[in-house]
Amino acid sequence: MREQLRPLNRWTILSTQVVLTILVLGLWELGGRAGWIDKLYFSRPSDIGMQVAEWVRLGYVVKDVVTTMSETLAGLAVGALVGIVLGIVLASNRFLGAVFEPLLVLLNSIPRITLVPLFILWFGFRFESKVASAIALVLFVVFFATYAGIKDVDPTLVASARVLGATRADVVRHVLVPSALTWIFSSLRSAVGFALIGAVVAEYFGANAGVGYRIQYSEANFNTAGVFAGLAVLMVLVTLVDAFIVRVQRHLIRWK
Amino acid sequence: MSDVQPAIRLTGVSKQFPGGYTALEGVDITVAPGRFVSLVGPSGCGKSTALSLIAGLDTPTAGTVKVRDRLVNGVADGVGFLFQRDALLPWKNVFDNVAFPLVLRKRPAKEIAERVNEWIARVNLRGFENHFPSALSGGMRKRVALAQTLVYEPQIILMDEPFSALDVQTRDLMEDELLQLWQGSGMTIVFVTHDLEEAIALSDEVVVMTAGPARVKARYDVTLPRPRVIEQVRLDPRFTELYRAMWNDLRDEVLESYARATSAP
Repeated sequence: MREQLRPLNRWTILSTQVVLTILVLGLWELGGRAGWIDKLYFSRPSDIGMQVAEWVRLGYVVKDVVTTMSETLAGLAVGALVGIVLGIVLASNRFLGAVFEPLLVLLNSIPRITLVPLFILWFGFRFESKVASAIALVLFVVFFATYAGIKDVDPTLVASARVLGATRADVVRHVLVPSALTWIFSSLRSAVGFALIGAVVAEYFGANAGVGYRIQYSEANFNTAGVFAGLAVLMVLVTLVDAFIVRVQRHLIRWK
Repeated sequence: MSDVQPAIRLTGVSKQFPGGYTALEGVDITVAPGRFVSLVGPSGCGKSTALSLIAGLDTPTAGTVKVRDRLVNGVADGVGFLFQRDALLPWKNVFDNVAFPLVLRKRPAKEIAERVNEWIARVNLRGFENHFPSALSGGMRKRVALAQTLVYEPQIILMDEPFSALDVQTRDLMEDELLQLWQGSGMTIVFVTHDLEEAIALSDEVVVMTAGPARVKARYDVTLPRPRVIEQVRLDPRFTELYRAMWNDLRDEVLESYARATSAP
């Protein structure tokens, strides 16, 4: 007889994860103290923690997070909006789709990070160049997801809506967009990460605040703990934003 | 019948798809208002194409399609369509799905609520208003689709094998419910199926189509008395008689379509 699959215990999973994390951080710390791991290059969890605490005390964390998040969210909002609208228009108009889709594929083949110097040339070291980098990364991800989501719609649903009296605009609103929503949301989750990459990388190039600036500044001063501390802050940020998006997604796609 | 304006009239209708496949060839069908007419033919013979043309979802390559004496040009108001596949919007609950055609017609909210509640009650789905289609059985989803179509009171309803995905018992129930809803409503129904029994039990008239390209092979009037109860009507000797005659016509077509399907390169 086959063994019956018992449901996994949530607490067992969670405690295993906690133990694993402590184990890795503990080994890292121990290795650093014992001299097996070069502290100059790899720092130590305790130093990183102290660095974060120091930044909190100096008010840097709040200032940097606010700076980076406003760049990220502005880039995410504009990039996602343009991507969604472009996706809807190009997917629901066959002519425009045929003309522009290949061009967007072509543009998408440019590694977006290489555009950052161009944005700095255009906008200087200001807020705008960071937002532009975030947009450049987000737009394509969201566009292609929206486009694919709308192309993937069940043709029977469109035919049915038309017979029930839907105009073209009604079909877009009641059938195409809701149908693409699943795709759009999963793309938004990766888009958050991309927006942050865009903002942080642009900060590396030149800024006077932001998590990327803080990482770059630490690196320039051989402060490895500072680099890791910046990464830790980014990790927490993305996790929080992602959790928020998942909640909105659950609400909007509750029909599944 | 000639003095009454037909609800639907197909004259010399052909439909060839890009790529060369001919679905319909020289089809003449006239449906009088208020009649229940079935189109029967082997699977994939082009019956569904005829419905798309009547609904205005597609255009014929030759011939004319008229609905209520008007040339079909795009989707017309007053025509309903029940699809073989599930066509409910999965992101709208039962109430919103039934309300959808009225919302599209921008009816006042109060009227929408009244009519939707009435139809949800008539298809026995009271209490399921807030359920999403994914939480309903196949039979229940069909009843929602039926309510969604009937709520805006189309005079003509086209049905493309609407019950073919249901189990036999549910199907009998749905057929009875359909007859009850149709009885005395004055609606014209064109019902596509490959199931002869279903066609005879429901219809006033059965049109037998040939294997693709579909042409009209024969027409039969079904004079069984109404109101009908599906499980009883099958025991009527006239039912068996009609079945035998139609099957005689249909058999050759089914065999040919089968032969083609199995010998295709």
